[in-house]
Amino acid sequence: MKNKLIELRNLTKNFDDQQVLKGISLDIYENEFLTLLGPSGCGKTTTLRIIAGFEEPSDGQVLFNGIEISKVPPYKREVNTVFQKYALFPHLNVADNIAFGLNLKKVEKSVISQKVERMLKMVGLSGFENRDVTLLSGGQQQRVAIARALVNEPKVLLLDEPLGALDAKIRKQMQLELKKIQREVGITFVYVTHDQEEALSMSDAVVVMNNGEIQQIGTPTDIYNEPENRFVASFIGESNIIEGHMIRDYLVEFDDFQFECVDKGFEDNEEVEVVLRPEDLDIVEPEHAKITGVVRDITFKGVHYEIMIETEKRMYNVHTTDYAPVGKKIGLLFGPEDIHVMCKMGAY
Amino acid sequence: MKQYRHLIRPYLIWSLVLVVIPLFLIVFYAFTEEGNEVLTFSFTWKNFARFLEATYLNVILKSFWLGFITTAICLLLGYPLAYFISRFSEKAQDTLILLVTIPMWINMLLRTYAWMNLLSDNGIINQLLGRLNLGPVSMMYTDFSVLVGLVCNFMPFMIIPIHTSLCKMDKSLLEAAMDLGANRVQTFWKVTWKLSMPGVVNGVMMVFLLAVSSFVIPKLLGGGQYMLIGNLIESQFISVGDWNFGSAISMILAVIILISMRLMQKMDKLQQEE
Ligand SMILES: Nc1ncnc2c1ncn2[C@@H]1O[C@H](COP(=O)(O)OP(=O)(O)OP(=O)(O)O)[C@@H](O)[C@H]1O
Ligand SMILES: [Mg+2]
Repeated sequence: MKNKLIELRNLTKNFDDQQVLKGISLDIYENEFLTLLGPSGCGKTTTLRIIAGFEEPSDGQVLFNGIEISKVPPYKREVNTVFQKYALFPHLNVADNIAFGLNLKKVEKSVISQKVERMLKMVGLSGFENRDVTLLSGGQQQRVAIARALVNEPKVLLLDEPLGALDAKIRKQMQLELKKIQREVGITFVYVTHDQEEALSMSDAVVVMNNGEIQQIGTPTDIYNEPENRFVASFIGESNIIEGHMIRDYLVEFDDFQFECVDKGFEDNEEVEVVLRPEDLDIVEPEHAKITGVVRDITFKGVHYEIMIETEKRMYNVHTTDYAPVGKKIGLLFGPEDIHVMCKMGAY
Repeated sequence: MKQYRHLIRPYLIWSLVLVVIPLFLIVFYAFTEEGNEVLTFSFTWKNFARFLEATYLNVILKSFWLGFITTAICLLLGYPLAYFISRFSEKAQDTLILLVTIPMWINMLLRTYAWMNLLSDNGIINQLLGRLNLGPVSMMYTDFSVLVGLVCNFMPFMIIPIHTSLCKMDKSLLEAAMDLGANRVQTFWKVTWKLSMPGVVNGVMMVFLLAVSSFVIPKLLGGGQYMLIGNLIESQFISVGDWNFGSAISMILAVIILISMRLMQKMDKLQQEE
C-alpha cells in the first residue's frame, strides 16, 4: 500500500464573500501523478496555492505526512512549485536561477554546480548554464523552471498549467518529458490543467473539479468510462447524456426502451442519467436495433466520421468509421457494457 | 509616421538656440580671457588653473559631500516609502504617488521660505521646544537646515523612479523565491532589491545631480556665507561678473558629474553580474 503524503480535509476558501472552495477532501500519495482538472475558475489554482502555502484555507486542514501545516510558511515546506508563467528571476542566468534554492541552503559551491549540471542534463538544456533566461524560448524557460524546482529534491512538485503558454506541438513533447521526469525522480506531482486530454494521458489519478467542489476522483480510465455524474461525463470527452430510470439492477429504461446494462446498486425505478460515448455507438440497418433515427449530418474527422442522428426523442452523436448518407434511416446499436448509468444531479 | 518627421524641425531649431548655443558659449567663455572682444579672443587655461586654489577646492568638496549626504538620506528614507506605497492596491498607489508629488506643484522658493519659517530661532519648532523647556536650538544657517531643505525638495525624485521599478516587478517572483526557501528578508535582498536597482540608480543620479548643483536652497537656508559650487557659479555670473571663471567652474562641475554617473552605471552593472 502506498503512503499517504498529503491529506486535504474539508478545505474551504473564501475571497471576500465569494466561496471558491466548498469543502475539498483529497488524499495524495507518494510517487503519484495527480491532476486537478476542471473548467476555468473552479478553484484549481487556489487548491494548489493552499498546498504550496501561498494561501491559508478559510477552514479545514492540510496534513503533510500526518502533520497539520496550513500555518507553515511556504519557505518551510518540502514542496516546490512550477509557476504558470515560469517566474524565472530575470536578473540571474540559467545556472543561478536553478541554484537559487541550494544557495539559500548554503550548499557547497562544487556540489551546487554538480547538481545544476545534472538537472540541466535531465531537462535537456546542457550547456545553457550562462544563458540569459529572458532570451530563452517558452519551452526552454519551462524546463529551467522545472529544473529550478526539482533541484531542491522536494517531496512534492506542484505544477500550475505549466504547459499552458506553449504551442500544441511543444506541449505534446513536454507532456511526455514531464511524465518521464516524474518516473525518473520518483516524487509526487500535483498537476493543474483544464485540458482533459492532457489530464487523461499523463495522470495516475485525476480529480475533476467544478465550482469549488470535487466531482470525481479516479484513474483516467475510471473517469472516462465510469463518469459519476453529468458534469464529469460532459466535461471529459464527448457524450450523449440521456435521462432515464433503473427498472432494477442490470436493467435500465430510456427513450421508451429497456436495455440490459452492467450497473447496479441503484434503487428500483430511481431516476438516473445514462451516458453513451459517441465512439461506443454503431450504426446498423434499422431492423437490427431498438432505437432508430435519420442521419442529419455527417462530418469527416480523419480517423472517423462524426454522424448526427435524429431519433424520435433526441439527437445522437456517433463516431464511427462507417459511412451513411444524410437522410438515411438507420438503427443505433450498443451493448450492455457501453451503457454507463449515473446518479442524477442538479441542472447543468 | 514618416511624413510627420519634418514636424520635429521647429523643436530641433529651438533646442539648438536654447541648449546647444549656450553650451557652446560656456565652453567658449571658459577658455578665453576676461574682457576680450568676441573677435579677438585669446585662449587660456587660467580660469581652470584658478579653480585649484584651496578655497575653491573646498567649495567643491563641500558640495559633493552635501550632495552625497542628501542622496544617502533620500535613499534611506525614500526606498522604504516607495516600497510601502507599492504594496497598496493600484488605485491607492496612484493617490499616494500624487501626494508625494504635491510639494512639487508649489514653487520651490515658497517651500524653502516655509522651511525658513519653521526652522528659524523663533519659528514653530523652536516655540514647541520652548514649551517643553528644551530651549531654543539654533537651526537656521547650518548644515542641518540646508540638508533638510535639499532632502525635502528632492525626495520625490528618489521615490518615483524606485516606485516605478518596484511596480514593474512581477509579483510572482516573490512567491517563487519563497517557494524555493527564502524567508521575507532573503526574498527582499535577493529579488526585490536587485530588481529595483534600475530605479535606485536613476533616483540616486537625479538627486545627486540636483543637490550638487543647487544654489537657491543653500543660499536661503544656509545664509549668505554658505558657499556651494552652485552658489559660486551664480555669484561669478551675477555679482562678481567674471563670466569666464563662472563658465570654467560649470564645465568642471559637468565633467565631474559625468564621470561619477559613469562610475555609478559601472557599479550597477558589476552588481548585476555578481
Ligand atoms: N486573490 C483572490 N482574490 C479574490 N478572488 C480570487 C483570488 N484568487 C482567486 N479568486 C477567485 O477564485 C475563483 C477560483 O480561482 P482559481 O484561480 O483557483 O481558478 P482556476 O481553477 O485556477 O481557474 P483557471 O483555470 O482559470 O486558472 C475565481 O472565481 C477567482 O476569481
Ligand atoms: Mg488557475
